[in-house]
Amino acid sequence: MINKIVPTLDAAIDGIEDGATVLVGGFGEIGTPNLLLGALLRRGTRNLTIVTNNAGIGDAGIAALLREGAVRKIVCSYPRSAGSIWFEEVYARGELELELVPQGTLSERIRAGGAGVGGFYVRTGVGTALAEGKETREIDGQTYLLEQPIHADVAFIRAHSADRWGNLVYHASARNFGPVMAPAGRLTIAEVARVVPLGDLNPEHIVTPGIFVDRVWSENHD
Amino acid sequence: MTEDLRNAIARRAARLLPDGAYVNLGIGLPTLVANYIPPDREIIFHSENGLLGLGPAPDESNFDPEMINAGKTPVTLLKGGAIFHHNDAFLMIRGGHLDYALLGAFQVSSRGDLANWATLGDNKAPAVGGAMDLAAGAREVWALMEHVTRTGAPRILDTCTYPLTAAGVVTRIFTDLATITINDGLIVEEMADGVTFDYLQSVTGAPLRVR
Repeated sequence: MINKIVPTLDAAIDGIEDGATVLVGGFGEIGTPNLLLGALLRRGTRNLTIVTNNAGIGDAGIAALLREGAVRKIVCSYPRSAGSIWFEEVYARGELELELVPQGTLSERIRAGGAGVGGFYVRTGVGTALAEGKETREIDGQTYLLEQPIHADVAFIRAHSADRWGNLVYHASARNFGPVMAPAGRLTIAEVARVVPLGDLNPEHIVTPGIFVDRVWSENHD
Repeated sequence: MTEDLRNAIARRAARLLPDGAYVNLGIGLPTLVANYIPPDREIIFHSENGLLGLGPAPDESNFDPEMINAGKTPVTLLKGGAIFHHNDAFLMIRGGHLDYALLGAFQVSSRGDLANWATLGDNKAPAVGGAMDLAAGAREVWALMEHVTRTGAPRILDTCTYPLTAAGVVTRIFTDLATITINDGLIVEEMADGVTFDYLQSVTGAPLRVR
């Protein structure tokens, strides 16, 4: 019998090693799997590369990992937000490598990683500082940049409901990067608000099919 | 810039959006445009975090902490609104499905180059978000901005001095002093009350002409 539901946060993050590349879902603090991130922090995992849209706000989640020096590199589109104090401090100290990626390119690079696509061309960023060092190509009379896929050891995402096969549905704008990142992690772990019996999720409404999800941890256990 | 001037810029831009347009509003000044859509028009607002059909700010009865816009502010969805994932949100942007992106700007050049993501000389980390995707992908890009800097220097220039977001994309500029179309140079469409052409030219770093 397939049962991807794990009983504890420690079981959810088991096997994640120092130096791992971790995709982290969320846009701002919405849809961010802060409970999984907190577990990783408590276990003392170090030297992480975090791929995510923002760089943490306040003192939870990514911000806490940055504060404790657990992150070597961050790949993101918008690291500076109101309240991103730990990012700013660690970056100013020169202790964090930043790879800045336009948001749509970041999303598409993650999609490519999960989709078996070896790269793609976009017009985003042509003629800007973020094009430096990238191959360009003329296609139908327009200049495009070659962008590379992002492969990750782990994807942390947050969803609303899951079943034991790992099928996921999301709530409101917390969907954001979850469905994009789920296929891109060699190990994908979903933090969810609740688990429902197999068959309760309408197949027409499932957003992330369970094939992309390895483990599910629910914050509400019966 | 006073709140009145910011609202006046937003009102002028809102008036020119046609019925049925799909529009992305950038963070800051452009978000005010939503307040001034004439009542006879349906405009569908897009948000980069996966929403179409953004409605007004919520009240206590319809507040959902997980329903936010690109500025991370709580929003509502109108009837007919849709939720989708990030890759689809940027497929819409990059694939030319949005009719308009209304963006804030530090500088715009007379060729339509846009600089709105990084300034020079501060040691802070850069942040780009969806600015380059919107600038490169929307069918039309309108820049909403203050006409001059805090020290009175022009922001509309022959050549941008700040790092570019995209080259040759801006088709209209809305400032506190004027509405300017970019079409083989800068064409003044409208000036604010009390503004003369000579004054406007004196605070603009590239040649202006009238239609």
